[in-house]
Amino acid sequence: MTNLPTPFERFIQGILPENPVYRQLLGLCPTLAVTNGLKPALTMAVAVGAVLLSANIIISLIRNLLKPHLRIVVFTLTIATFVTIVDRLLAAYLYQMSKALGPYIPLIIVNCIIICRCEVCASRQNVLAASADAVGQAIGFGLALTGIAAIREILGTGMIAGVQLLPTAWPSWVIMVLPPGAFLTFGLLLALVNWIDSVRSNNEGRKG
Amino acid sequence: MDYIFDIFLISISAALINNFVLYYFVGICPFIGVSRRVDMALGMGSAVTFVMTIAVFLSWTITTLVLMPGAPVSRWVAGHFMSAEKAAGIDLTILTYIIYIFSIASSVQFVEMYVRKFYPPLYKSFGVFLPLITTNCAILFACLTVMSNIIGGENPIEAWDLGRALALGLFGGAGFTIAIVIMAGIREELDLCDIPAPFKGAAITLIVGGILAMAFMGFNGVDSGLKAALTGAP
Repeated sequence: MTNLPTPFERFIQGILPENPVYRQLLGLCPTLAVTNGLKPALTMAVAVGAVLLSANIIISLIRNLLKPHLRIVVFTLTIATFVTIVDRLLAAYLYQMSKALGPYIPLIIVNCIIICRCEVCASRQNVLAASADAVGQAIGFGLALTGIAAIREILGTGMIAGVQLLPTAWPSWVIMVLPPGAFLTFGLLLALVNWIDSVRSNNEGRKG
Repeated sequence: MDYIFDIFLISISAALINNFVLYYFVGICPFIGVSRRVDMALGMGSAVTFVMTIAVFLSWTITTLVLMPGAPVSRWVAGHFMSAEKAAGIDLTILTYIIYIFSIASSVQFVEMYVRKFYPPLYKSFGVFLPLITTNCAILFACLTVMSNIIGGENPIEAWDLGRALALGLFGGAGFTIAIVIMAGIREELDLCDIPAPFKGAAITLIVGGILAMAFMGFNGVDSGLKAALTGAP
């Protein structure tokens, strides 16, 4: 058990080196579906973060009771419980946002990020490491989501969260806030991340 | 006749106009992961269609009989413990997500065991895809759409019956199959192309998906046009 990452390493890994969206390509449904504006993207990131943190803590606490063949079912039911709580809270305090996000809040249940983190980290390490991991992954997910959402909203409407950013003469690229824009933006960003990566590893190779 | 039009419109809308993958972005993970070869994509698509129809049937039945406010079974059970008026007001909708995911997981398990026992060739062609389907967002999304059309609507007469729900499940799955098979066909050709290194893999798949989504946007408005043509309304 000594070779598992420490809580701090887990936290850092989630943000960039093992970013759930760009590196592991997990949780793509919300990444593409709710990023047509900055506000829904932020709400989604916070909701996923809350569910991830609670699920990781619970799974980490009961990790010694889990039977290997039943663990996925236990993960899913734990996640479903917390998603119900988050869904009701959103409906109570942010009704408009809950209407706008619609089915994508319950779809957090089948978000691969959470099941993957339960499997990789929470079912093996203690509560501290599991919660650090959850917070790190949630921040990484939030960064990815808000990045895509900001690009799509600025190009699509010229505004960001209601503030006019580009000159009013900007011909809004409506396609960016429609479904195809999600695929295009994310595909281009993914290629950009890959390119930066290859440039950096080339430089390191030359130094070494 | 109105009923048949309705089913027809639901089917067209689920399969083409509001395609699950290209419009609602559900089931993206297999769309990128399993769309490397056409036969694999076809296997995945048919497995999803199969399970989606079963899951929609299960969730429609459970929702109408047990979970809805004033549903018959829960009212009958609660009637043994409390007065009849109190039992009529019982509302279990808060349990929907847990029940749905549980019914999807168990139906996948049952389908897998049944197919392995009685149709070994079919089992071989479904292969590893069946267990993966449990965490496929498209299935849960279909169940949730059916739920919102039973419970969410203000007008109880417009609530969906089993036929409409099954049409959504079957043709939603067909739409998923169409999208993933087209994608696999394009990717087989892409293998022969000279793609810039950073775009290799998922990035080019997403961009092709974006172009496909634009093509599918061409179906927008087909449903209202068809409705006008079929019912003769202006």
